[in-house]
Amino acid sequence: MDPGALPFAIRQLANGLDVIVHEDHHVPIVAVNIWYHVGSKNEQPGQTGFAHLFEHLMFEGSAHHDTGYFPPLQRAGAVLNGSTNTDRTNYWEVVPTSAIDLALWLESDRMGYLLPALTEQRFQTQRDIVLNERRQNYENRPYGLAVMAIMAALYPEDHPYHWLTIGAADDLRAMRLEDVQAFFRTYYHPANASLTLAGDIDTARAFELADRYFGDLSAGVPPAPVEAAASLAREVRLVLDDRVELPRIYIAWHSPAMFGRRDAEMDLIADLLANGKMSRLYRTLVYDRRVALDVSAYQNSRELSSFFLLVATAAPGQSLTDLAGLIDVELQQLRDEGPSQAEMERAGAQVEAHFMYRLQTVGGFGGKSDQLNAYNVFRGDPGFFAADLARYRAATREDVREAARSVLASDRRVVLSVVPRSQPALGLAGSEPVSVS
Amino acid sequence: MRADRSRLPDVGPDPAFRFPRVVRHRLGNGLDVRTVEHHTVPVVSCVLLVHGGAGADPPDEEGLAALTADMLDEGTGDLSAIEVSEAFARIGAEYDVDIGPDAAQFGLTMLSRFAERGVSMLADIVVRPSLRSTDFERVRKLRLDRLRQLKDLPPAVAERWFLRLLYGTHAYGHLPIGTEPSLQACRLERVAEFHAAVFRPHRATLVLAGPLSHERLAAVAAEAFAPWGGGTPADGWSAGDIDARYVPPRLAVVPRAGAAQSELRIGHLSAPRSTPDYPALLVMNAVVGGQFVSRINLRLREEKGYTYSARTGFDWRKGVAPFALQASVHTTATAEAIRDTLTEFEAIRGSRPPSDAEMALAKASLTRGYPRNFETAPQVARSVAQLALYGLPDSYFEEFIPRVAAIERDDVVRAAERYIDPARAVALVVGDYATMGESLAPLGLGDPQILALE
Repeated sequence: MDPGALPFAIRQLANGLDVIVHEDHHVPIVAVNIWYHVGSKNEQPGQTGFAHLFEHLMFEGSAHHDTGYFPPLQRAGAVLNGSTNTDRTNYWEVVPTSAIDLALWLESDRMGYLLPALTEQRFQTQRDIVLNERRQNYENRPYGLAVMAIMAALYPEDHPYHWLTIGAADDLRAMRLEDVQAFFRTYYHPANASLTLAGDIDTARAFELADRYFGDLSAGVPPAPVEAAASLAREVRLVLDDRVELPRIYIAWHSPAMFGRRDAEMDLIADLLANGKMSRLYRTLVYDRRVALDVSAYQNSRELSSFFLLVATAAPGQSLTDLAGLIDVELQQLRDEGPSQAEMERAGAQVEAHFMYRLQTVGGFGGKSDQLNAYNVFRGDPGFFAADLARYRAATREDVREAARSVLASDRRVVLSVVPRSQPALGLAGSEPVSVS
Repeated sequence: MRADRSRLPDVGPDPAFRFPRVVRHRLGNGLDVRTVEHHTVPVVSCVLLVHGGAGADPPDEEGLAALTADMLDEGTGDLSAIEVSEAFARIGAEYDVDIGPDAAQFGLTMLSRFAERGVSMLADIVVRPSLRSTDFERVRKLRLDRLRQLKDLPPAVAERWFLRLLYGTHAYGHLPIGTEPSLQACRLERVAEFHAAVFRPHRATLVLAGPLSHERLAAVAAEAFAPWGGGTPADGWSAGDIDARYVPPRLAVVPRAGAAQSELRIGHLSAPRSTPDYPALLVMNAVVGGQFVSRINLRLREEKGYTYSARTGFDWRKGVAPFALQASVHTTATAEAIRDTLTEFEAIRGSRPPSDAEMALAKASLTRGYPRNFETAPQVARSVAQLALYGLPDSYFEEFIPRVAAIERDDVVRAAERYIDPARAVALVVGDYATMGESLAPLGLGDPQILALE
């Protein structure tokens, strides 16, 4: 693939806002994408869920447009959304080229002038909505609390990855408007943000518009980076009961941070273990032995450090102990012998294709504008696309084997059994009951 | 120049956009091939649409269409299931299967340089699947286990019962995955027979979109699919008429003790995709509950904080489609959410017709953003497949914006009077009946029909 596959121009405004522009004139739309370098990792124990609740408040109006954020944009034919994770919060609009001024006006107004419009009532309503979001996506969903239990076991209580981005229900209820205001002042300002415009717009005009709408916002103080470390010295076995029909096993390891050494190899390992029928674990557990219904693996790349997660659901009548045994045999083989040459070639073809597929859309989650901001915020280099691809191309069989050895150790991991209510015996032997809510 | 914050900036005139030009080709065996040149990144996407989806499942054989579709990539010729997935992976291709009520769609997206290989593999699995009994037993078992897992998932439980309640015994009245007894009873011979009867070139459309010429795309299609043996042109497939005598209950509950929320479906059978009122119904839906800024979402979410999200929509199909609300609401808000929804269904019929602002917003959101649906080759291929599914003309994309723009308030009210009726609506709740059961009585919908989780 052409190393210049995702060309861009970048400028920093006087107030510290990074502005990135990528031209793509195929469809008369422009993606406006803005990242704030703040996520739940910037929260404190007892005050969790802040960053995400805050994202909701950003759609409720700002000083010069003191009403809903959606109507003017929908009237212009835009789609828009936002999301929060541990490390960052992003907001985006995809607008017809004719509505670019509108989108920038609104984005800049809520960056610069949110607080005057932030009333107690808006805050209370959005908190109720977030509590409902939590019920819908975690409490009322089968296996929905499993990742919460795993994060709590992988990271110590004062580590910001100990809690989920959605936050604890009690913390959300205890939150006060003043806390939210302080949060905004600390993290929502030009020096902690990155703006990308991608699509049907000329670069010079894009910079001119960015300066017009964002140029006079006050510069803030860049927040200090968060530092925290975590490790495991043993295997931790837990069992969680839930309203589920079938038991499921989760195995989690600490793994290299996003873009760190062997991070790409862990992605390749996730694919060769559990992506597709020919993957090692699918083939063994689901296809040949038929002891599992499904299996997945994922390198969850994060800024401070990552975790690698393996999940398998037992087929009816099958035991998690048998599943865990078979998984361990496969992992041992991977640590001993590494991947085959054929597996590396297959992975290479998939990587080439998927990097190309990533270039199809200008906006939305994962579109070109989102990628440019990700590279800028996490790497300080929007042009990292080619180097990112090169990480995968450069990985050798030996690199992958070494990654498996150093990360996927059987004596440093969290193993969680999720079992149907009142059947704790279906969990792995020696598992400690755990309760989350 | 600094921003003027005294007012929102004006939005300029809508930019011109050239919608994809569809070229049709017909292979000697009758296969309808449609190509679109889409010159962006070197990616080709194709969709093979076969008429006859879950609505073609024979009585007591619910799930047959989906199971058959699932069997196709389980092997062809000398290739095993593993080798088929390996072959797709070696070119980085993405294969997906979608079983709708009226059609099965098989999508494949790949780098342009692998188009011949990918499309020819697609032809191999769809036209000449091995249908081996060991694979069949494994796949059937996986689907049975999946069905069991779906019992844990409130939205899936709600979907399954809602279709049953709305359609009764009609072929649209089940999920594509089928039921436990029907999957238990299913035999491989039936899959083979279904495949032979349904997977024929005369009842299929192949769409290819990518940065190649129409001629080149058509040649790729012909090379792969010309050997597909034909049979004779079939009559247009339909899932059959709906029994007008069937009357669903007004209120039904699937009790789920201790559930954190109530999963709601509220609606009724409404209109077929072919209705001339289609654009008016799209506008109506956008006003009532089809998007974030709509009456029901603003009421249930932003004003009352009952839910994370509430949306209405039509689950379009060739026969009569449901119009329904879906939402997951706090248990204590169950009755109130049902009442508010039925109130909005009534209001749009005339007591509170759309305001000028609502009309403008609904129409603009449908039309002004329309071009962004044609950004990628997979989007374009799927859109063209929809035209084939519903028998719409190639000029459809061009005509969509003016047709929606021409809709007036009276059109919306008239369409709502005809197709929306709160007095016929079924309210289905999957939730903690012990906690909210009593609150349902004042709704005046009668005693709820109590349904099992199974």
